[in-house]
Amino acid sequence: MIEITILSGKGGTGKTGITAAFASLANNTVFADIDVDAPDLHLILEPEIKEENQFLGARIAKIDTQICTNCGFCIKECRFDAIHYRTEGGLEVNPFECEGCRLCERICPFKAISSEHSTNNHWFVSDTRFGTMLHAKMGPGEENSGKLVTTVRKNAKEKAREQNADFLLNDGPPGVGCSAIASLTGVDKVILVTEPSKSGFHDAVRLIELVQKFEIPLYAVINKCDINSEITKQMEYFFITQGIQLLGKIPFNEDMVNAIVNRKSIIEYKPDSEIAEKIKEMWNKVTEPIKELK
Amino acid sequence: MSYKIAICSGKGGTGKTTVAVNLFSTIQTKWTKNVQLVDCDVEEPNDLLFFKDAKIINRSIVNQSVPVIDESQCTFCRKCEEYCEFNAISIIPSVKYASVDPNMCHSCGACLHACKFGAIQEHQHPIGELTNYSRGNQTDILEGSLKIGSPMQTKIIKDLKANASEESDILIYDAPPGTSCPVVETVSAADFVILVTEPTPFGLYDLRLTVNLMKEMQKDFGIVVNKAGLGDREVYAYLKEEEIELLAEIPFNREYAGQYAQGKLLSDIPPLIEQEYMKLAIYLKNRMNHD
Ligand code: SF4
Ligand code: SF4
Repeated sequence: MIEITILSGKGGTGKTGITAAFASLANNTVFADIDVDAPDLHLILEPEIKEENQFLGARIAKIDTQICTNCGFCIKECRFDAIHYRTEGGLEVNPFECEGCRLCERICPFKAISSEHSTNNHWFVSDTRFGTMLHAKMGPGEENSGKLVTTVRKNAKEKAREQNADFLLNDGPPGVGCSAIASLTGVDKVILVTEPSKSGFHDAVRLIELVQKFEIPLYAVINKCDINSEITKQMEYFFITQGIQLLGKIPFNEDMVNAIVNRKSIIEYKPDSEIAEKIKEMWNKVTEPIKELK
Repeated sequence: MSYKIAICSGKGGTGKTTVAVNLFSTIQTKWTKNVQLVDCDVEEPNDLLFFKDAKIINRSIVNQSVPVIDESQCTFCRKCEEYCEFNAISIIPSVKYASVDPNMCHSCGACLHACKFGAIQEHQHPIGELTNYSRGNQTDILEGSLKIGSPMQTKIIKDLKANASEESDILIYDAPPGTSCPVVETVSAADFVILVTEPTPFGLYDLRLTVNLMKEMQKDFGIVVNKAGLGDREVYAYLKEEEIELLAEIPFNREYAGQYAQGKLLSDIPPLIEQEYMKLAIYLKNRMNHD
């Protein structure tokens, strides 16, 4: 089984639309939406949930006001300034500021503090018209999206092995932070979907740096390539110097947006369009060398 | 005290940066010079790409305190490892190995309380930088930038916010995408939040998540629909149903998208787009006087 993560650095490059297109081309593949902060792939794949699991999020401290003597020791020690005096007297923890380190719980001289995992996060195993899909839903303002990404990936891998799947295709998160890292450690290939804008380029460079640190083979797709042909050229040149294979370029076309509005991948929506052809070619470029190996 | 406006979007790439940069420029040229743009998208700060004339006037390193274990004092009891909720510490007694991974450490200080042998001390570890830029004589753009792989987004955002001038009439925070901790940190001090979305199913889904977060945080907010004309009308139905205020609608304009790509957001703005930013600025001015 080959695990591929699709990333973009910058958001809004069209990563999920392209992932959905790959999904409708891939056979014997398991899919995972590991953009757990803002998951969108399910809007096209329309998963039917088969299994729901709770993911234990970060802990949040709670003060038992019956025991608390208002000594204020924890306020001084909390590095995140998450503990405050209430106007009506007594102390309270601001759940949005609490990082769940349990320092206060451990040092409170009166043992008035306890902590509980947040139970706002869930992950799912579902059926879709293209195959099994794993996805997640995070509560608002939650932490630890990196850990949730790792959990979804681990279970997706298990499912893929069980089914003897050829591929596991992950729709990854934006950025270069902990969740991006969690989405690429140990994967076989990364596909970068970028767009020719200064910010798209800037973020792509940061992401490439990160992927190269992990020595993962990297492919690139330039989406909306005709928005700025000058930057497209610069990107192509940059990819050559970095030894990154360019899978292809896709011109801007409202059909990509219209496909999403119709909850379809572009392959389903306009199967004979130029864009559909291009994406088919790209998917073949990624998968053919792998099939030959087998 | 300055009036603080945060610009958010659940989904990346809806045009949050475009709105932040344009709003900043509209306010600066038409309303007050005393405004600062604070780029809180510390994983991928991009605001500066649109201001070629900005000069660096100050740059400082942001450090995090990371514990270092002195192996000559350490008894390898593993108490600190047990205390660390972030799995940053590895102690292997059999080979007398003790180490802390700065990329996992959240600088909470719990391990310092754990160690009874005085083996742990904190050292400063760089996690990113803050830069002040100016296009005249005073700082008007501030940027935070996180070292790749560091989990300390919120720390940088906190320091960055502290670095902005409270003397400003207005501060504009360009928030990171998503709905997790770094967004909460950015929005926490804001007086008003602008949520930028696009009229597609993706945009709407992520908007709902962000609206929930705003409600939970009890923030006042309104919506800007970017790329209007593309996609569908569902977002408008949602806003009506939820009685959420639509502050402005920026029409999709292919040429302008090309200009954006080039980093030229602030010249040759199509009149229809300029008008929407004026509308937004006037709304904020009224709101600020009212608040
Ligand atoms: S400071 Fe906190 S996060 Fe860092 S190593 Fe110590 S216990 Fe772990
Ligand atoms: S608590 Fe102190 S003595 Fe025990 S393993 Fe950690 S550093 Fe070593």
